Amino acid sequence: MSGSLGRRALGYLAALAILLAAWELAALAIASPALPPPTSALADFARLLVPALLPNLLVSAYRVLAAVAIASAVAVPLGLVLGRTPRADAVFAPAVFLLYPVPWVVLLPVFLVLLGIGDAPKIALITVIVFFQLLVTSRDAAKAIPPSSVLSVRSLGATRAQVFRHVVVPAALPDIFTALRIASGTAIAVLFLSETVAGTSGLGWYIVDAWGRVAYGDMFAGIIALALLGVAFYELLEAAELWLTPWTRVGR
Amino acid sequence: MAAVEARDVSVTYEGVDRRVHALGGLTLELADGEPIAIIGPSGCGKSTLLLAIAGLLRADEGSIAVGGEPVTGPRLRTALILQDFGLLPWKTALRNAALGLEVRRVPPAERRQRAAEALSRVGLAEFATAYPAELSGGMRQRLALARAIALEADLLLMDEPLSALDALTREDLQGLLLELWRSRGHTQALVTHSIEEAVFLGRRIVVLTPRPGRVSAVVENPGMGSEGYRDTEAFYERCATLRRLLAAEGAFAEVPR
Repeated sequence: MSGSLGRRALGYLAALAILLAAWELAALAIASPALPPPTSALADFARLLVPALLPNLLVSAYRVLAAVAIASAVAVPLGLVLGRTPRADAVFAPAVFLLYPVPWVVLLPVFLVLLGIGDAPKIALITVIVFFQLLVTSRDAAKAIPPSSVLSVRSLGATRAQVFRHVVVPAALPDIFTALRIASGTAIAVLFLSETVAGTSGLGWYIVDAWGRVAYGDMFAGIIALALLGVAFYELLEAAELWLTPWTRVGR
Repeated sequence: MAAVEARDVSVTYEGVDRRVHALGGLTLELADGEPIAIIGPSGCGKSTLLLAIAGLLRADEGSIAVGGEPVTGPRLRTALILQDFGLLPWKTALRNAALGLEVRRVPPAERRQRAAEALSRVGLAEFATAYPAELSGGMRQRLALARAIALEADLLLMDEPLSALDALTREDLQGLLLELWRSRGHTQALVTHSIEEAVFLGRRIVVLTPRPGRVSAVVENPGMGSEGYRDTEAFYERCATLRRLLAAEGAFAEVPR
């Protein structure tokens, strides 16, 4: 376990080194204040972290975590039940498949009018987008469960609730985590967009505000902070998956 | 008491693109503690019969009773072992063995103890914390048996439980099944494709007709369970008899389905 963790850390360090080198080269080649070299950008990041970045980082993190939590809490149970209830699925699945491809991000102005410019419209927009991604995945995962797994548990006298607890939920968990990791990237992107359009808080606002002030150092520090938020979120999901689905890593 | 009585059982279910008439008026009785083997051409409704006895499938016509009680749903002491063993990949061997007890809300300490006993009974004591993916095919089969033992099942229904195993493991587990039956005395119905397996593990061997399945013949096999039965003249004779009966049912013909 510690060996694989060590290897993982080593992999991250190597990737980071390559990334920084590529950044340095790109900055040299472009030679524009809009792309500062990593040394000065990281110095700015360190200088601004506590006074300017951290408050906005916390606001952004709150928005994205709240949205993903709300979306998961509704979409996952709903998707699992749909996937295991053919009659309900026959009614709702067509609606879901009609609504899923809609680019929900266009609702941003509507949410801004309805919910003001605080946290609510941002959380609502991210929630809607992540909701559909999770709903479709959980439904498909629940549908794909082999009937023999369900039959053998039912033959033991399991109730419907027990079939969900012992079979449906664990069987769908790996797929749900995959969907969550993909959705986490989408969620951060939507967060950035929604924060740039309205309000005076969050990393998205900070980045665009710095851009407007032609403070490219500040802008880049904000970009680094937002990137770190994405990485942290992804790692959090990875850790949760490691903890909740230990059986997926046993070899044959 | 777990005598099984199936009378004129007919089952039709919706297949992918047509209605499947799986069982057509099948009548079968198992005495309490009797081990039988069920054999027949593929697609003769053998699995359907087991699901109906297990209470997972409703018969359209006829009646099924276990221990004198009509079957209306899963019964507490009936254990069903399917071809893929029905193990849950996300539970360790111990928790898989304890699953039936957990479903029945047996307190944790007691179910751990009973599951651990069942695991050692099938030779898996050292693998309590292993996941099914870490076990060999034969060990998974043993684990499925441990689950039935932990439940104190008095009726064991098995649907081709050994067909996925290699020849040596298969023979080993046939021995384990026989030994478990001898020591526990449960009623047992084993659906199999293998003539030798049927003769080794069935005191009576029930031959089914092609779909819709009915009983075509019953071969009495009193020598079953005796020491070294596999090597006796009687064993070979039974196998030959069965092969003839199955050929008459078209089991060896290439029938386009």
